[in-house]
Amino acid sequence: MAHFSTPDAPRFSVEVYQNEYLPEGGREVNAIITVTSAGGGATAGPPIPAHGGYEDAPGAYDGASGQGGASPRAAVVIMVDCSGSMDYPPTKMHHARDATAAAIDTVRDGVAFSVVSGTHKAVEVFPGNGQLAIADPLTRAQAKDALRSLSPGGGTAIGTWLLQADLLLGSADAAIRHGILLTDGRNEHEEPQRLRTVLDACAGRFTCDARGVGTDWEVEEVTGIAAALLGTADIVADPAGLAADFTRMMETAMGKEIADVGLRLWTPKGAEVAYVKQVAPTVEDLTARRVEAGPRAGDYPTGSWGDESRDYHLCVRVPAAEVGQEMLAARISLVQPVPDGVGSPPSPLAQGLVRAVWTDDLAVSTAMNAQVAHYTGQAELAQAIKQGMNARKSGDAEQATAKLGRAVQLAATSGNEDTAKLLAKVVDVLDVAAGTVRLKAKVAEADEMTLETRSTKTVRVKK
Amino acid sequence: MSQMPQPPQLSACPACDEPPQAGDRYCDQCGADLTVAAALAAEAALSAEAIAGRSEAHADLPAPPRVNGAARSTHPEPEPDDYELAAPTSGGYGQVADPRATATLGAPEAPGESGIHPETNASTHTSAASSTGSGTGIGADPRLPGDEHRPRCAACQEGTIDQDGYCERCGHAQARTRDHMETELEGVAAASDRGLRHHRNEDAFSVSTAALPDGSPVTVAVVCDGVSSATRPDEASAAAAHAASQALRASLPRGAHPQQAMNEAIIAAADAVNSLALDTGAAAPHHEGQRHQNAPACTIVSAVVTSDILTVGWVGDSRAYWVPDDRATPPARLTEDDSWAAQMVAAGLMSEAEAYADERAHAITGWLGADAYELEPHTASYKPDRPGVVVVCTDGLWNYAESAEQMAHAVPPDARARPLNSAQILVGYALDGGGHDNVTVAIVPFPALPGRAGSA
Repeated sequence: MAHFSTPDAPRFSVEVYQNEYLPEGGREVNAIITVTSAGGGATAGPPIPAHGGYEDAPGAYDGASGQGGASPRAAVVIMVDCSGSMDYPPTKMHHARDATAAAIDTVRDGVAFSVVSGTHKAVEVFPGNGQLAIADPLTRAQAKDALRSLSPGGGTAIGTWLLQADLLLGSADAAIRHGILLTDGRNEHEEPQRLRTVLDACAGRFTCDARGVGTDWEVEEVTGIAAALLGTADIVADPAGLAADFTRMMETAMGKEIADVGLRLWTPKGAEVAYVKQVAPTVEDLTARRVEAGPRAGDYPTGSWGDESRDYHLCVRVPAAEVGQEMLAARISLVQPVPDGVGSPPSPLAQGLVRAVWTDDLAVSTAMNAQVAHYTGQAELAQAIKQGMNARKSGDAEQATAKLGRAVQLAATSGNEDTAKLLAKVVDVLDVAAGTVRLKAKVAEADEMTLETRSTKTVRVKK
Repeated sequence: MSQMPQPPQLSACPACDEPPQAGDRYCDQCGADLTVAAALAAEAALSAEAIAGRSEAHADLPAPPRVNGAARSTHPEPEPDDYELAAPTSGGYGQVADPRATATLGAPEAPGESGIHPETNASTHTSAASSTGSGTGIGADPRLPGDEHRPRCAACQEGTIDQDGYCERCGHAQARTRDHMETELEGVAAASDRGLRHHRNEDAFSVSTAALPDGSPVTVAVVCDGVSSATRPDEASAAAAHAASQALRASLPRGAHPQQAMNEAIIAAADAVNSLALDTGAAAPHHEGQRHQNAPACTIVSAVVTSDILTVGWVGDSRAYWVPDDRATPPARLTEDDSWAAQMVAAGLMSEAEAYADERAHAITGWLGADAYELEPHTASYKPDRPGVVVVCTDGLWNYAESAEQMAHAVPPDARARPLNSAQILVGYALDGGGHDNVTVAIVPFPALPGRAGSA
């Protein structure tokens, strides 16, 4: 069969790392799946302008509402928290405005975009006609002008912001739909259930990065938004750091080349999927997000991809077979959904095989694959930090010391230096190798929240 | 037998009964390796034919041990949730993509062990490429209806087989043609087996006969052992065996000097293996950089026997032994391993016993493959003064019969008269010893049988 290469789609590759050998009666198969996408033609627009502005505005300007031309390749909505608390200190709003302007400068020509001001309700700041503007030097300048109207006042109801973003993104026929959300406070003006309902409704419709600025926001809310909408979460403790962070986030969004990629997992009859986790760049459990996709197959959402590489940890339990037998324990493929479910399913973007081979050679079957071991440790590290910080908050010093000690040990042995540094701001490390720590009496709130927000960040195996 | 039988199609995964789809090597439902199933079906069909058609001469001879498939049997009745795997024989790894194509290849060959090849320059080899290459048009055969007759998994009897050779229902790997292979031509035979510890056979061989310009016969055997730590070792060995055999069959009838022809054949084999490294393989993308480190690689050993000269050539640690009919006269090892142990012994740093006891003993220092440092084909010619056989084998055999004396002891006394039987017995010998590795052996009688070569 001929193989067609589509020049502007990224090429995916799948690599499987596993010890396929199981002892007699063994059932559990673990594998690390490295998915890499590369070589796509993210060239819908010219390179990012160094400085956006009027001076190089071309003559041909077809309107902020972007009525002319083909549909944009990508659409992005920036949601800026404008609640009353953004005024304390006043520099916070100032930095948020600057950061949004920096992000707008990073939007590539031809990309549809919009800015939404978020309080207890959502207000379109730009372009303001219920649609998205098509980025060019003029619209970028107009958008930055419009940011002046951003002023603090009102409450926080993040669900309404997301619904507004969904509405706007849905109005553009863009393949890549992305949101950038900034908040400085808790989601106080709507029920938690309301936000969950909105997230469920928006999941799969667009991806979203979430940022908490300052230290008055809720870690679980911000990380929950990012997890549900397959984006990143982070803390920007010092508002002065917002512009750089927003620029990076927008650059990443502009680099996305393919959206709505699913990780399809086929497992044999009688097999159980114990879990499917993204383990790099962050730990994200996808197990519960399976959508059935034909006999013995299910899809797990991975969102949109640019030139990047992610690792997944797959654990399946297969029916045991006799020594000497070999079984396909899982087939992993990267798939793109068929638009509206019509037409034949496209061939997978890439695939990999996870095998099981039963042997009576114990030396072989007891060996643990280095990648599997590494990421098992990284997942435990994230878990230990979460449990340790929760114990610390609830006043269980013993549990907190034990868990954070284990985290220090795991971070050190796996070479996760960033996490080790964050841990060292929360505990005094007495013995790294043994994981002996003492809880610090005084911990800056920002350090605590940084550790919690970034606890799921992992490092890759040194190859 | 003159040619490895190809598997016929299966109508359902033997493991789960799922109808297979075109091109599937593993059952769609259960993941079982359908090539196993196909092989089994082939095996069953063949045994029936073989029993009916086999020459009586062989009927009363002791049967050699049958392994990896031949000995095991198909499930007579499918049990949907029974995961017991029936056995493998065929449908190779990286092999025939479409089971229907294999079916068209399968049926016709006469399967009798005594099969005498009618052609002058008869040759068979185990290369996957050759199987696919000779595949006839898909769908041309009226016996091949639609999807409902796709092969089924050998393990679950239900699932169809995917293109990677697993059952699509139960996941079981299906047998590959290469799990157990036998070939017999007039005057030469070879057998190869996956062994008991490895999940696939990465050895390959090729045996052939031809006529020299003066009409006298020449026999060629090539045996290759894929390097497991490299990628696609099975493809490397198949490509090398095929290329070397082709080169020898082309040059010898033109009157090339055997030692020169051998040298060129090994270089041709090396080229064939090298070219595999360039082919990234759609199914397994490699990162740049990794690709070269892991370039497919294999060993090679070959013997060319005429009516008066015996020539061997090799790279790596696969070996050739001389075993005379008259066991009172000494046997000999004809090759010198390109291995760590051999180097230690040659350099006088260790005794042979010490060297071979070391865990590094089997690390090879010469091989065919894109990452080989420098290709140094070794060749040697001998003029034996008495009849005997050349045993051409991989370390899967010689690990259990290292010295020439041990090897001579393992070779049946009638090896020259019944080369296939001897090859089968030697494979059985290695399996009885533990079968830790793939095992492949070719038996080449000396002098070459005048037989039919050039007379057809």
